[in-house]
Amino acid sequence: MSFLSTHQSGPFTHQVSSVQKTMFTVLLALMPATAFNLYLFGWPAILLFTVTIGSCVAAEAVCLMLAGQPTKAALSDYSAALSGWLLAMSLPPWAPWWIGVLGAVFAIGLAKHTFGGIGQNMFNPAMVARVALLVSFPVVMTAWVMPHPLFSAGAPGLADAIAITFGGQVPDSVSAASALGYVKTELSRGIPVTQSIAHVPDLMDMALGTRAGSLGETSAVLILAGGLFLMAKRIISWHTPVAVMGSLFLMGTLFHAIDPARYTDGLFHLMSGATFLGAFFICTDYVTSPVSKKGQLIFGAGCGMLTWTIRTYAGYPEGMAFAVLLMNSLTPIIDQYTRPRAFGRTLKGEPLPLEGKL
Amino acid sequence: MKLFPIRGGIHPDYRKELASEKAIVALPLPATLYIPLQMHIGAPAEVLVNEGDLVKKGQMIARSGGAVSVPQHAPTSGRIQAITQIVAPHPSGLAQTTIVIEADGKDEWAELPEPIADPFAADTFAINERVAASGIVGMGGAAFPSAVKLSLGTLKKLDTLLLNGAECEPYLTCDDRVMREYADEIIDGARIMAHALGAPKVVIAIEQNKPQAIDIMTKAAAAFAEIAVVGVPVQYPMGSERHLVQAITGRETPARKLTADIGVVVHNVATARAVHHAVRFGRPLVSRVVTVSGGAVREPNNIEAPIGARVADLIAFCGGFEAEPASLVNGGPMMGQPLPSLDAPVVKGMSGILALTAAEINQQPASACIRCGSCVTICPCGLVPVEMAAFIRKDNFEVAARLGVMDCVSCGSCSWVCPSHIPLVQYFNYAKGMINIQERERRKNDQTRILAEAHTQRVEKAAAEKAAALAAKKAQAAAAAAAKQKDETPA
Ligand code: SF4
Ligand code: SF4
Repeated sequence: MSFLSTHQSGPFTHQVSSVQKTMFTVLLALMPATAFNLYLFGWPAILLFTVTIGSCVAAEAVCLMLAGQPTKAALSDYSAALSGWLLAMSLPPWAPWWIGVLGAVFAIGLAKHTFGGIGQNMFNPAMVARVALLVSFPVVMTAWVMPHPLFSAGAPGLADAIAITFGGQVPDSVSAASALGYVKTELSRGIPVTQSIAHVPDLMDMALGTRAGSLGETSAVLILAGGLFLMAKRIISWHTPVAVMGSLFLMGTLFHAIDPARYTDGLFHLMSGATFLGAFFICTDYVTSPVSKKGQLIFGAGCGMLTWTIRTYAGYPEGMAFAVLLMNSLTPIIDQYTRPRAFGRTLKGEPLPLEGKL
Repeated sequence: MKLFPIRGGIHPDYRKELASEKAIVALPLPATLYIPLQMHIGAPAEVLVNEGDLVKKGQMIARSGGAVSVPQHAPTSGRIQAITQIVAPHPSGLAQTTIVIEADGKDEWAELPEPIADPFAADTFAINERVAASGIVGMGGAAFPSAVKLSLGTLKKLDTLLLNGAECEPYLTCDDRVMREYADEIIDGARIMAHALGAPKVVIAIEQNKPQAIDIMTKAAAAFAEIAVVGVPVQYPMGSERHLVQAITGRETPARKLTADIGVVVHNVATARAVHHAVRFGRPLVSRVVTVSGGAVREPNNIEAPIGARVADLIAFCGGFEAEPASLVNGGPMMGQPLPSLDAPVVKGMSGILALTAAEINQQPASACIRCGSCVTICPCGLVPVEMAAFIRKDNFEVAARLGVMDCVSCGSCSWVCPSHIPLVQYFNYAKGMINIQERERRKNDQTRILAEAHTQRVEKAAAEKAAALAAKKAQAAAAAAAKQKDETPA
């Protein structure tokens, strides 16, 4: 009876799912938006994207080796590639190569492996990297360009792209501000939102992505499609995205109603910046967000409100990354206070009272 | 009938089609049968026979060993070959005292107790006594002595007997077949049980993936106004007692209470059939229907097997193995136990014997938890498996207990769903064992402390008494002396 192992216990059937499959599905969901944006921003974006993901995977391999863990199995879970992907999507598309490499060190080395590797990190690796880069290199990290679709007139060829990404030669003429940045700068010069908003791309362009911004900030429609795909695949549920976007929209609408000259409206908040990417792909990160649905609603609402607050009052035009990191730090507490009610017990954990029967 | 939602749950691959269309067949009588003294929850039975004795089918060969226990009966006629230690169908693989019967092939019945002529005129006690004497236990897998559960009606006010025909475990089809083939026997048994319990209403709950069973049972119950047959959603673990009660009545059994405390007693459908046999024919529980299935079995089947037939006999009857099984399971794949050996006998609570291939089990090496929250969403008990597991990994059973690990019904849903393949339910079973041991230790320490305190008290009391006696004596002496002095004092 050699085949019978007596120590084995149930269940003797398991769902066909794995971390690898989950991560891969997320990558798949990001694919359309990424492909479209790489097309929009051309060769430099493609180079940066490749460098960033490559660096993240390399950083993961090095960290695993240093920790003496099996590298091959862990690398195949795609989690490092996903972090790299999300990081690349939050960078200015024409940023130099070392931004990607440094970002990988921050994301994988600092945010993930100093905490113990996959599943252990408290903060979203991609967002840690983005914030660290933004604080350290504010100029490079806000050097946005208008889309230069591949093969279009004036778009850099591969050789130009190599000069841009690896030589740091961004032609001055192409830089542009993102919509959020523009409105903010104008506001600081005393120009009310009601005027400046006329100069930003209209909402349609913002939805489609033909505007300045990072890869993930443009093309809300394709990000939304990817998000819906993840919901259909039951990788994420509606709770986080709805909470993030709902709270952001409500805050925007409310304050816009109070003072339209000072505050942009809810729809503008929804369509600009990294709202969609954040709501569907960043705030839903398993590791750094609460485990219960109730907790996810609170977490999402917090992200939305903080994003609005930072966009509106703080020095940075985009606040999603900061908001996510702040909420990440609250995740353990949210988890603790949003445990589901156990069967047969009150919320406090006492056995339910026996009701006066029938 | 209006149903109520239950929390969480999963939809595993059911694979019931492997055996669901196979009518129940009787196993050809094996040459030797092995009757363990304990195949139920409670005290083991006590042997009544000696080696060499001749026994008849249905004769009691071991009597009930206590208040929570059941007797065992000879499943066929023959000779007691030995009373010895043999491997039992328990994951520990430990041997257990077992009565070995060499069948004589005549399968001759002993003289059985008289049928209870009109069970609905009989009192609760008479029916319970018969059920107890017939060795009936819960046949859904729990194997709790049925008579104990049937006597709950004398203690609590009940309104419903809930007959569990959910059969929510994948692969298993024995209850489905019994309902399709012996509906009338189940209904009769259920009515007798309801009468014994004093429950005015009977609800028979069947998962909707068994439409024929629902149909046939509905027809069989049509004549009785007090019986309702209800199709319940296919949602594992619908068959869990507390969850089924909630789905049917909307009532949530408080923690650490019985469903009887909220007016409902749950019995399995096959148990009802066994009660019918015991009451109407005086026949004890000597056989049961077992589903033999799984990808490694050549011809899956539903087999009426005598208690004590070896698992190997049933597998052989199904044409043997088609592929080398990766696991052999007693019960369903979600909550079943690994079978330690093919030599283990069929016991009263054994609903299935599964020989599963590695592909069916799909057990992968565990990796780190990614906090996906799936286990939290699906836990039917509202627990947070990921959190409990984290504390158990650190051997912190106290926090695990505070998080509710003792409320876990070990349904296995969390392990099933976990994308990191963490054996969560194994953690919880381990923690429950450890907490029970600690609890026992604590009680023992408490006891020691109480005894020690009592001892000190006794010693102190004795010392005090002694001192008091001494003082009294002194006082007496002093008084006497004083008196004497007084006497001596000239007036
Ligand atoms: S299902 Fe597994 S990976 Fe997901 S939270 Fe639970 S334990 Fe962690
Ligand atoms: S085994 Fe326990 S913790 Fe896991 S899902 Fe079932 S009841 Fe919940």
